Amino acid sequence: MTKLLLENILRFILLILAQVFLFKNTGYYNLVIPFPYIMAIMLLPVRISKGLLFLIAFLTGLTIDAFYDTLGVHAAACVTLAWVRIIFMNLTIQDDDHDSISPGIDQMSFRWFLIYVFILSFFHHLTLYLLESFSLNNILSTLTSILFSCIFTTVLIILFELIFYRRKKR
Amino acid sequence: MRNLWVFINRYSTFFLFILFFGGSVVLVVSNNTFQRANAINSSSQIIGSIYQQVDYFKGYLSLNEANLALARENAALRALLKSSNYDDKVISNIVRDSTQQPEYSYIQARVINNSVNQKNNYITVNRGSRHGIKKGMGVISSKGIVGIVLNVSENFSTIQSLLHSDTKISASLAKSQAFGSLIWGTQTYDPKKALLRDIPNHVKVEKNEQVITSGFSLFPPGIVIGTVLETGISSGSSFLDISVLLNNDFSTLRYVYIITDQYSAEKEALEIQNLEND
Repeated sequence: MTKLLLENILRFILLILAQVFLFKNTGYYNLVIPFPYIMAIMLLPVRISKGLLFLIAFLTGLTIDAFYDTLGVHAAACVTLAWVRIIFMNLTIQDDDHDSISPGIDQMSFRWFLIYVFILSFFHHLTLYLLESFSLNNILSTLTSILFSCIFTTVLIILFELIFYRRKKR
Repeated sequence: MRNLWVFINRYSTFFLFILFFGGSVVLVVSNNTFQRANAINSSSQIIGSIYQQVDYFKGYLSLNEANLALARENAALRALLKSSNYDDKVISNIVRDSTQQPEYSYIQARVINNSVNQKNNYITVNRGSRHGIKKGMGVISSKGIVGIVLNVSENFSTIQSLLHSDTKISASLAKSQAFGSLIWGTQTYDPKKALLRDIPNHVKVEKNEQVITSGFSLFPPGIVIGTVLETGISSGSSFLDISVLLNNDFSTLRYVYIITDQYSAEKEALEIQNLEND
């Protein structure tokens, strides 16, 4: 339990630092910007309580907002992600033997994880970009941004998962 | 109360989401200048469009007043127009030539009243004694003869049009130089036709031959009056009556020239002596 807690805290810190100092400057102009920090919320234990999940998501978003100077935007996006995560979990995981483990390639199938990451990051990015532009003008370019950023983020998260967690299992 | 609690518990995910998401959005709108400006902007856009609609309907109620105000303004503006001012400008070009003394000079004038449908037609122009107009001067336009100055006031003068039963102008045929007098209103009151009388029977007159001023009266010689329409209308005497199609369209007359003859006084004085001798 302590290990799980430490693992999550460490992952949270590392992902935030990576996001703020590395991925903030990565991207293809304003069209494609990756946000792999959402992995910290995605990899929280499966049966975490709803309230705690929302609170963590909210605080994660606020932390990123503090660095991005966009108070509330990332928080809202992360809260949306948490909601979608709960719905997705309810729909795909029935049995209770996944208690207190992190959803990952080592626990779930690769296909499940890919869909999970893609859908969650899609809703996160959708909320994020729409709140950021705050208008329906240029909706087409916003949607393009959302889609490409989503793909980029998904690829990055899958890569991280493959690099860091597959090795651990071996 | 219990049921409400059960209801909230069942949809706790959604309510938690609403709670946190709402909190985030409040943060977004209250702390980020761009979103705040945008939110206020879009709301003012909606309110603005409502106001616009209301104003649009209210506009009908004050239509009468608006029309009155506009009409008053129109009248005021019309008074400022150039056309409502009296045109005082006189352009007269006199060529100074030592070998040829100019006999005629011209004063341009604008027609301000005109008629063509009466038995005796008169024209009013915006030139008067102030501009050197005197009774009896000849008036022409760019297309031909117009008439003779009848009465002169300080700023205006009336012209006895060619379309007047008393007007008699000395005219001649361009080829034969035979002269007669041009009159109007004996047979028809057509403003396009006049009658050339007193041309001797032996003169050969062709159709479409030009009729010009003879130079014996007020007008300089050679001004085109019209063309011969019908020849040889006999009045049972030794003279021809020639129907002339007038070159000038009197119904569209706008600008005319009043002819000043430098030697007209001398000429008249001399001709009066002839009458006295009789």
